Amino acid sequence: MSNNQTVSFEHSIPDNLKGLVADWSSDVQTFRVRWSKAMMWIFLVSDTFIFGSFLCAYMAVRLTTIEPWPPTSEVFALHVGGADVPLLLIAIMTFILISSSGTMAMAVTSGYKKERKKTAFLILLTALGGLAFVGMQMFEWSKLIFEEGIRPWGNPFGAAQFGGFFFMITGFHGLHVSIGVVYLCIVAKRVWEGRYDRLNDYQMVEVAGLYWHFVDLVWIFIFAFFYLW
Amino acid sequence: MDQNSATYEGQKMYDPKGWWDTYVFSQDHKVIALQYVCVALAIGLTGMFLSLLMRMQLGFPGLFESIDAGSYYQDVTMHGMIMVIYLLTALFLGGFGNYLIPLMLGCRDMAFPFVNMLSFWMYFLSVIILVASFFVESGPTGAGWTLYPPQSILEGTPGGDGAGIILMLASLAVFIIAFTMGGLNYITTVLQSRAKGMTLMRMPLIIWCIFLATFLGLLAFPALLVGAIMLIFDRVLETSFFMPEIFKGGEVLDYGGGSPVLFQHLFWFFGHPEVYIIALPAFGIISELISVHARKNIFGYNMMVWALIAIAGIAFIVWAHHMYVAGMNPYLGFFFATTTLIIAVPTAIKVYNWVLTLWNANIKMTVPMLYCLAFLVTFLNGGLTGLFLGNVAVDVPLSDTYFVVGHFHMVMAVSPVLALYGGLYHWYPSVTGRMLNDTLGKIHFWITFIGTYLIYFPMHYIGFLGVPRRYYSNEQYDFIPQSVADLNQFITICALIVGLAQFILLYNFIVSLKKGAIASKNPWGACTLEWQALESPPGHGNWGEQLPVVYRWPYEYGLPGAKEDFIPQNVPDEQIVKA
Repeated sequence: MSNNQTVSFEHSIPDNLKGLVADWSSDVQTFRVRWSKAMMWIFLVSDTFIFGSFLCAYMAVRLTTIEPWPPTSEVFALHVGGADVPLLLIAIMTFILISSSGTMAMAVTSGYKKERKKTAFLILLTALGGLAFVGMQMFEWSKLIFEEGIRPWGNPFGAAQFGGFFFMITGFHGLHVSIGVVYLCIVAKRVWEGRYDRLNDYQMVEVAGLYWHFVDLVWIFIFAFFYLW
Repeated sequence: MDQNSATYEGQKMYDPKGWWDTYVFSQDHKVIALQYVCVALAIGLTGMFLSLLMRMQLGFPGLFESIDAGSYYQDVTMHGMIMVIYLLTALFLGGFGNYLIPLMLGCRDMAFPFVNMLSFWMYFLSVIILVASFFVESGPTGAGWTLYPPQSILEGTPGGDGAGIILMLASLAVFIIAFTMGGLNYITTVLQSRAKGMTLMRMPLIIWCIFLATFLGLLAFPALLVGAIMLIFDRVLETSFFMPEIFKGGEVLDYGGGSPVLFQHLFWFFGHPEVYIIALPAFGIISELISVHARKNIFGYNMMVWALIAIAGIAFIVWAHHMYVAGMNPYLGFFFATTTLIIAVPTAIKVYNWVLTLWNANIKMTVPMLYCLAFLVTFLNGGLTGLFLGNVAVDVPLSDTYFVVGHFHMVMAVSPVLALYGGLYHWYPSVTGRMLNDTLGKIHFWITFIGTYLIYFPMHYIGFLGVPRRYYSNEQYDFIPQSVADLNQFITICALIVGLAQFILLYNFIVSLKKGAIASKNPWGACTLEWQALESPPGHGNWGEQLPVVYRWPYEYGLPGAKEDFIPQNVPDEQIVKA
């Protein structure tokens, strides 16, 4: 009695699901992608749970803390031209990070077109965007720490947990961006040296892109939950 | 894409040069698996020693002056942490996972051998950090393995004055990184690198189990990582994530406004899937062993797989049944009690299927089979007491009594360890090429099986009497009768005997390396691929020139008309020898 997998149940499956069934019932590999790409997706799912846990913890504490939450629109405001402009810096940072996702997408496209130099240039441009983001985040941190007096263990505006969560979560995200910048530089170097031309496969650029887009997406959530709430 | 080529992915296959490359910083999955097993067993012995220290205090209070209340709590804490995470998680996934996944799936190695090596060394580092906490001033943390704040990070808790808690949390964080690197490997390998003909539904059940347990780990450990990071911040930076306003000795501490229950949620969102991270590989080992040693195909393979998937899914929505008395909203208790009882359904399906596999089977009373039978009984027993504790109304009076200790030791300590021992006896010939001594194995089995029953069964009774767990001494309470003290003495003596009996296994392991009977290539007559490699034990690259091709499911036992009572997975229909 063999565990017969060749039974045809194709007639009972709608067309749009046939590919799914074919992938999951195939031998050798489930997804028609490189191993590294599959691994990156699985890693990102796991990483989602890390950020998810961070954000859920933040929301839970923000809802239960006894002191009022600091007025975020004032805390995060920049003093420009004699007026406090709320969310100015963070708008610029978000714009830059999202733009860097755009250049990353262009890098992936030109990678699949085998345009070696253009791909390397676009990846470096993406890394530069990430670097600018981290730089501005350092500026924001130093402003909050030295001018506003916000510390992880307390601040003059209200609930002490504000500083703790802010520095912990944006710090963890900033760490991801910094690692991403290093990662992108390595990939750019490999593209430039022609390693993927020799392999005739630019999928590693897309794998790096997956990571970068993920870091971007996480930022959207952090932005929404910290700055807009 | 050419899967048969070792240079897939554009990389040459790892080629060890010299002794260090082959045996120490090896990227071969079999060597890494052995490294995992050895380190896990070593730290597991430490954990067992700690439990014996606890038992000495409970059975013979005050006999050893060195065991004071503080060191007792430290022993409790480190025993729990070591056994759950550094022994069982590491041994099942790092040890069995690493060894069996590539061999059973018919590939040459893990998808990312270098990351796999890093995974082991990170695990080794986490064990070193853990052990280091025994040697810092005031010793390891004594906050209980759940590490609940506020008391876990306050001074005055046993081991709380020094760096014990920091080292504990740092060690956990490093372990999680190690697990993530290993886990990404296991999942990618299972999904993307199987042999020709090896569909997901032709995988041996243990691979399904390890695959799903890894998936649970990758999604559950993040919550523990987040909890650990926040707890470190609370301790080092004096943030107040988990810390409410606290008075200590009449003085207000700097903390305030945090939520201690939040940590419990984060911890148990990891902690309950963790139970299944340990239990699922044990299920898998039992499924393999029971089928091989009863010479019969596993009953209801498809149902087994779907039951596993159901267990893995539901495992994520039962965590708060550990928190019924934590002050949650009672309606939440209702929800979590319901999901907890629902998870018993797929688990019962698995137990029925194992029993039905034994039905009318040609049961060989080998040592692995004895362990399977012992597992079935013990797991059933522990599972049934789980039904008591899953119900809020019954759990509230039983919470934090020895009933809980008896329950979880039966279901997630003894059962997995029995499966683990069965697995070690079963796969030892594959690893070393020699058989373990059968007589010593049976002596070890009977002492362990009967001994653990004598240890944990009376605990249910002690729990019903209301004796609280984790108490250093029960002497000064009027409601605790003398019988509890007598039983505790009895349990301690049994525990000492069982503890000593484990050295039989160790002796058997070491002596059989040189003196064991030479094992044939497939000594148990199993269908799965790890026994079909060219060499025994399998060499580097596992399969020689040609990767195996799979033609059938892994449980082809007792095929009518065939000469042998098993047909290996890589034998095509036309090559079956007729009787």
